[in-house]
Amino acid sequence: MMKRKNTRVALAAAVGLTVTALLGTAGSALAADAIKIGEINHYKRMAAFAEPYKNGIELALSEINEAGGVIGQPLEFIYRDDQGKPGEAIKIAEELVNREGVAMITGSILSNVGLALSSFAAEKKVIYLAAEPLADGLVWEKGNDYTFRLRSSTYMQASMLAEEAAKSDAVRYATIAPNYAYGKDAVAAFKKALLALKPDVEFVTEQWPGVFKIDAGAEVQALERAKPDAIYNVTFGSDVAKFVREGTTRGLFDGREVYGLLTGEPEYLEPLADEAPEGWTVTGFPWYDFEEGANKTFVDAYQAKFEESPKLGSLVGYMTAQSIAAAISRAESVDTEKLRQAFLGLEVDTPVGRITYREQDHQSTMGAFVGKTTVRDGEGVMVDWSYRDGANYLPSDEEVARLRPASQ
Amino acid sequence: MNSAESAVLKVEGLSKSFGGIHAVSDVNFELARGELLALIGPNGAGKTTCFNMLMGQLRPSSGNVYLNGEKITGQKPRRIWRKGVGRTFQITGTYQSMTVIENIQMALISHHRRLFSLRPYATRLYREEAMQLLELVGMSEQAERACAILAYGDLKRLELAIALCHEPTLLLMDEPTAGMAPSERIALMQLTADIVQERNISVLFTEHDMDVVFAHAHRLMVLNRGELIANGTVEEIRNDAVVQEVYLGGGSLFAAGDTHA
Amino acid sequence: MGLFIAQLLTGLANAATLFLVASGLSLIFGVTRIVNFAHGSFYMLGAFVGYSLMQVLPGAIGFWASVLLTGLVVGLIGVIVEVLVLRPVYKAPELFQLVATFGVILVIQDLALMIWGAEDLLGPRAPGLKGVVRIMDEPVPLYDLALIAITPFVLFALWYLISRTRIGVLVRAATQDREMVAALGVNQSWLFTGVFFLGAGLAGLGGAIQLPKGGADLLMDFNILAAIFVVVVIGGMGSLPGAYIAAVLISVLNVFGVSYLPQSTLVLMYIVMAIVLTVRPYGLLGREEVVGEHGQVGEPERPIKPAGTKARVMVAVMLMALLALPLADSHFLVILTTDIIIFCLFAASLHFLLGLGGLVSFGHAAYFGGGAYAAGLLVVHVNAPMELAFVLAPLGAGLAAFIIGWLCLRLTGVYFAMLTLALAQLLWSLVFQWDEFTGGDDGLVDIWPAAWLSEANSYFYFTVIVGVGGILLLRHVAHSPFGYALRASRDSQRQAEATGINTKRIQWMAFTMAGALAGVAGALFVFSKGSVFPNELEITKSFDGLIVVFLGGVKTLSGGVVGAASLELVKDYLTRIEYWRLALGLLIIVVVVLAPNGIVGSLRKAWERLRGTPADEPSTTAPVALTSASAGTQESER
Repeated sequence: MMKRKNTRVALAAAVGLTVTALLGTAGSALAADAIKIGEINHYKRMAAFAEPYKNGIELALSEINEAGGVIGQPLEFIYRDDQGKPGEAIKIAEELVNREGVAMITGSILSNVGLALSSFAAEKKVIYLAAEPLADGLVWEKGNDYTFRLRSSTYMQASMLAEEAAKSDAVRYATIAPNYAYGKDAVAAFKKALLALKPDVEFVTEQWPGVFKIDAGAEVQALERAKPDAIYNVTFGSDVAKFVREGTTRGLFDGREVYGLLTGEPEYLEPLADEAPEGWTVTGFPWYDFEEGANKTFVDAYQAKFEESPKLGSLVGYMTAQSIAAAISRAESVDTEKLRQAFLGLEVDTPVGRITYREQDHQSTMGAFVGKTTVRDGEGVMVDWSYRDGANYLPSDEEVARLRPASQ
Repeated sequence: MNSAESAVLKVEGLSKSFGGIHAVSDVNFELARGELLALIGPNGAGKTTCFNMLMGQLRPSSGNVYLNGEKITGQKPRRIWRKGVGRTFQITGTYQSMTVIENIQMALISHHRRLFSLRPYATRLYREEAMQLLELVGMSEQAERACAILAYGDLKRLELAIALCHEPTLLLMDEPTAGMAPSERIALMQLTADIVQERNISVLFTEHDMDVVFAHAHRLMVLNRGELIANGTVEEIRNDAVVQEVYLGGGSLFAAGDTHA
Repeated sequence: MGLFIAQLLTGLANAATLFLVASGLSLIFGVTRIVNFAHGSFYMLGAFVGYSLMQVLPGAIGFWASVLLTGLVVGLIGVIVEVLVLRPVYKAPELFQLVATFGVILVIQDLALMIWGAEDLLGPRAPGLKGVVRIMDEPVPLYDLALIAITPFVLFALWYLISRTRIGVLVRAATQDREMVAALGVNQSWLFTGVFFLGAGLAGLGGAIQLPKGGADLLMDFNILAAIFVVVVIGGMGSLPGAYIAAVLISVLNVFGVSYLPQSTLVLMYIVMAIVLTVRPYGLLGREEVVGEHGQVGEPERPIKPAGTKARVMVAVMLMALLALPLADSHFLVILTTDIIIFCLFAASLHFLLGLGGLVSFGHAAYFGGGAYAAGLLVVHVNAPMELAFVLAPLGAGLAAFIIGWLCLRLTGVYFAMLTLALAQLLWSLVFQWDEFTGGDDGLVDIWPAAWLSEANSYFYFTVIVGVGGILLLRHVAHSPFGYALRASRDSQRQAEATGINTKRIQWMAFTMAGALAGVAGALFVFSKGSVFPNELEITKSFDGLIVVFLGGVKTLSGGVVGAASLELVKDYLTRIEYWRLALGLLIIVVVVLAPNGIVGSLRKAWERLRGTPADEPSTTAPVALTSASAGTQESER
C-alpha cells in the first residue's frame, strides 16, 4: 500500500515538473517600445492552417523591422490561441486591448470567430482586420466601421469560378458543400453568379455533408444519381481528400467538369499528392510556378526562412502584417480613429500586386489565382493559371450600399 | 377472526407470474385491525413478491387488494403510503447522505406535503415530531449521526420510526429483524408489538426467526411455492401436517430456527 | 435497383470502422463501467500509427500487417493509459474517471501534433484493392467489399473470444456482476487492463482500416466520438452484436439520408437514437440496468448543513472583495472574473442535477446555449430590450429543460445521460441548420447590453449580483425541503416512493430548475460577449461542465463552483503557452490521481486527516450497506 502511494506521488511529481517546464516557455519578452498587434487564432484546432499563416506574419515582421519598423518603432504581434471558440476569442481580445495595450487586433480563420470579433470591434471601438475569414457578411450585412477584411471573400472566389463555368457547355450542375454557413454562402454565391451569366443552367442536386464528417461513398453515389454535367465542390480539408478519392475510384469525375472553391490551395492539394484530381477548375495558390516579380521574391524568402513551401495562409499572413504596417505608417499613429481613417482606401503593395481597402465596404481587392489542377511529378499542382484581381469580382457600388446597412 | 367489514387489509386471488413461472398464485387472506399477522415460508416461497404487490411495487397478474374496503390493486407505492400504509424492507433503504433525524424529517415533510417547498431549511421542519419518533424507537442519542455509519440494527429501528411517521393503520414489514443479532431481534419485535398495540395498528410481517414469530404473531400464514398452504393460530400451524411436511422436506425450520443470515 | 444495392454496400462498408471503434467502447464500458471519452483519441492514434507503419512496410502483406500491428500498438497505449491514469481512480465516485479520460484526450491531441505535424495525412491505399467491380452496373470499390467481409469476421472473432474462452467468461461475468468476479478471486485489475487493451486495440484497428478511405488528421478524435456513443447506446451498452446492428443501421440510414434528404446528415443519427431509446429504453440488445449501479456509487455523500455564521461571514467577505475588484484597476481582471462567474453558475446548475439529483446530464449545454439563444433571438428578431430578454431567457431554457427532462427521465443511468446528449445535439443541429432564424454557424451578433450596463464594470456588478445570486439560490434550494426530496430520490428511490415522494416529478422539477439557471448563465454570457454561436450548445460545452463538476467534487456542495473557477483560471493562464493542451491534460490527470474525491472532497479529507480522525468516518461500513442495497434492489425486482 505504502509503495503504491509512493509511486503515485512520484508519478504526480514527474508530471508536475513537466507542466512547470512547459509553463516556462510561456510569455515572451516584448521590446518595451514596440507597437503591439493582437493576433487571435485557432492555433491548435486548425494548426494546419494557422501555422503557415503565422510564419507569413513572422516573415513580414522580420522584413519590416529590419527596415526600421513603422513610424520609427518595431512592430510586434502577440499570438493567442482561442481554441476555435468565439466566446474565448472575445475574452482574449479584451485582454489584448486592455492589458497588453495592442494597437489593433487581427486574426481568425473561422468565419464565426471573425464575426464575433467584428461585433466586438464595433462595440469597443477597436480596429479589427479580418485576415482569413471568408464570410460575406463580415463586410456586408454585418459590416461595421471598425472591421476590415483582407482575403478575397466567398462571393469573389465563387464569382471567379462561375465566370469559368459559364464558358463551358454544362447545363446540369450538382453542388457539394459542407453543411454550415461558409458552404451555404459559397453555393448561393456560385448559383447567383452563374445564373446571371447563363440563365439556362439548372441545379439538379445539392449535397450537404457535415463539415469534416463526410460520408464520401454515399455523397458520390448521390451525385452520380443526379447525372449532372458539372459539379461545384466547396468541401475542403479531410473532406475533399475523401471526396476526391471516392469520386475518382467510382468514376464520378469522368467526363464531367468540376469547379472547386479553394481546392487549388496547397493546404488541400498537397496532401492529395499523385491522387490530386485532373482538370478541375479551382482557385488556389500556384507558388511553384512563379518565375519572377514580387510573388517569386516572397516565395524565395519564405522558403529560405522556414525551409518549407508556402501555403496560401502564408501569403495571407504576410499580407496581413504588410497591411497593418502600411496602415500605421499612413496614420502616423496608433490612435484608433486615425488608423480607421488610414485603412479607408489604403493601398498596399503585396506579392500579388497592389491591393486597396475599399472605402465603400472595407473589403480589400486581393484577388485569387484561378487555374486547372493536374498531377506533376507526383504532386498535385495548378496549371494554366492566372491571377484575377478581386476588384473585378465585387458587386456594383449601389448594390454594396444596399448590402451594407452600416454605411447608410 | 373478524368479519370482512372490519378487515384492514383484504387480499383476493392475488397471483403473479414471471414469464410463465408462478411466483404467487391465488393468495387470499384478511387482516383485522390491531392484528399481528406473520407470513412465513421457505426461501423463494414468494413472500417478498407478495409484499411488493400489496404495496404497489409490483403489479399483480391477477387478483385484488383492498385497504379498509377500498381497492388499491396496482396503485403506486406512494399513493398506497398516503392511504396510511407504512412499509419496511428486507434490506434497508434509508437515505445514506442524511443524518438519522433528517431521514425522519424527510418522511414527515412528505406526509405534510411540503416536498416542493423552498423554505424554510428542511432541517428546521418537524424536528420535534421527528425527535419523538426517535425516542419511541430509542434512537434519540443518534439523531445527528450520519445514516451511512449506523449499525444494521439501528437502521432497522430507524426504518420502523420512518414507517410510523404518517400514523399508519397498516404496517408491512418484510423481515424486520433480518441481519440482526438474536437478542436484538426479540427487542425490536417487542418494541414493534408494543407500539402497534398502543396505536392499534395492524401488522403483516414476514420472518425467518420462528422464536420471533411465535412470540408475537397473533396468527400465521404459510406460503410455499407461491401458494398459501396454511392459515391459523400458532398452535394450529404447529400441528398442521402439510406444514410439517414442507418444512421437514427442506430441513425443519422449526428446529433450525433462523437459516437466513 | 442496382443503385439501391450499391448504396446498401456503401453503408455496410462504412459500418466497419464505426463498429470496430464502437465495439471497443462498448467492451470497456461493459466491464469497467468507464465512459471512455478518450476512445476517439485511440481511433485517431490508430490512423496515425497505421499511416506511419504503412510507410515502412511495403506491399499488400505490409498493408495488412500494418493494420494488425496498429491494433497491437494502440492496444498497448490503452494499457499504459489504464495503468497510469485510470487504475488509481477506480475507487473514485462513479463517472469521475471520465475526467481522467478527458485529460488523456488533451494529452494525445498535442502529442499527435508534435509527432505527426499539423497537416492532414492522406491514407495509403490498400495494394491490390484500388479498383472497382461493377455490381448491376454500379461501381463498387473493392476495398469496400473487403471491409464488408472483414467486419462479420471480427464480430465472430470477438463473439468467440467472449463466449468460448475463459477470458470471455470472466468478461461476461464482470459485465453482469462486478462484485461476483471479485468474489471469485479473479484479479480484477488485470481483467480491466486486458479489456482496455482489447478495446483500445479495436479502436486502433478502426483507425487503421479506414485509412484507404480517408486519412489521419487531428480532428478525428472528436469527430467520431458522438457517433460511436450513439452506436453503443442504440445497440445497448456492453452488447457487441448490438453495436454491430447499430453501426449498420446508422451507416445504411446515413447513406440513404445523404441521397434523399441531404440536409439531414447532421441530425439523422440523433433522431434514430432518440426513437430507439423511446421504444427500447436500454438499446436494441441491451439489458436493463440494475438501479443503484449509477446513482451514487462509492462512499456516500456527507450530510449537509446550512452554512454557519463563520462561513456566512467568510462568503460575505469574499463577496465584498469581489465587488471591490474593479478598484484594482485591471480592466481585464474584471472581464476574466465576469467570465468565471458565468461559468461557475453554469457549473453550479449542472452540479445541482449531478450532485444532489444524481442525474448525470451529458447535454447541459443545451440550456446554457438555449438561454443565450433565447436572449439573442429576442434582441435580433424583435429588438427586445436587454432587460426583457434577460427575463425571458431562463424561461426559454427552463421550457427546453422541462420538455427534454420529461422525455429523458423515463430512462436511468447511462441511458438517461445519452438521451440528454442526443436531445441536446438535436437542439444544436436545429440552431446550426436553421440559419434564417438562428443565423446558423454565423451565429447571432451585436447583442450588447443596455446603455446602463455597457461599461465593463457595471456589467461586472450585474454579473456578480445575478450570477452569485443564482449560485446562492441553488445552495439555498439544496437545504430546502425540495432539495432534500431530490437527494432522497437519489439516495433510495424505492424508499422515497414508499414514503409518498413522487421521485420522477421531483427530478423533473429539478431538471427544469437547473435548466433555467443554466439559461440565466447563458443570458449573462451572450450580453458579455455580444454574440452567440452554436458551439455554446455543443457537446464540448456540456463536457466542460461535467469536467469541472467532477474535478471540483461531485459529492460536495461547492464542488461545481470551485471546479469551474479553478479550471477557468488555470486555462486562462495555460492557453498562453504553445502546448497548452498537453499541459492542461497532464494537470487534469495529476489532480484526478491526487484528488479522487474532487478538489473540495479531497481537501476536506486532507484537512480531517490533519486534525485527526473525523467523528464520522463512514468508509468502513459503507461498502457493506451498499452491497446489501443493490442486492435489495435485485430482490425487489423478482
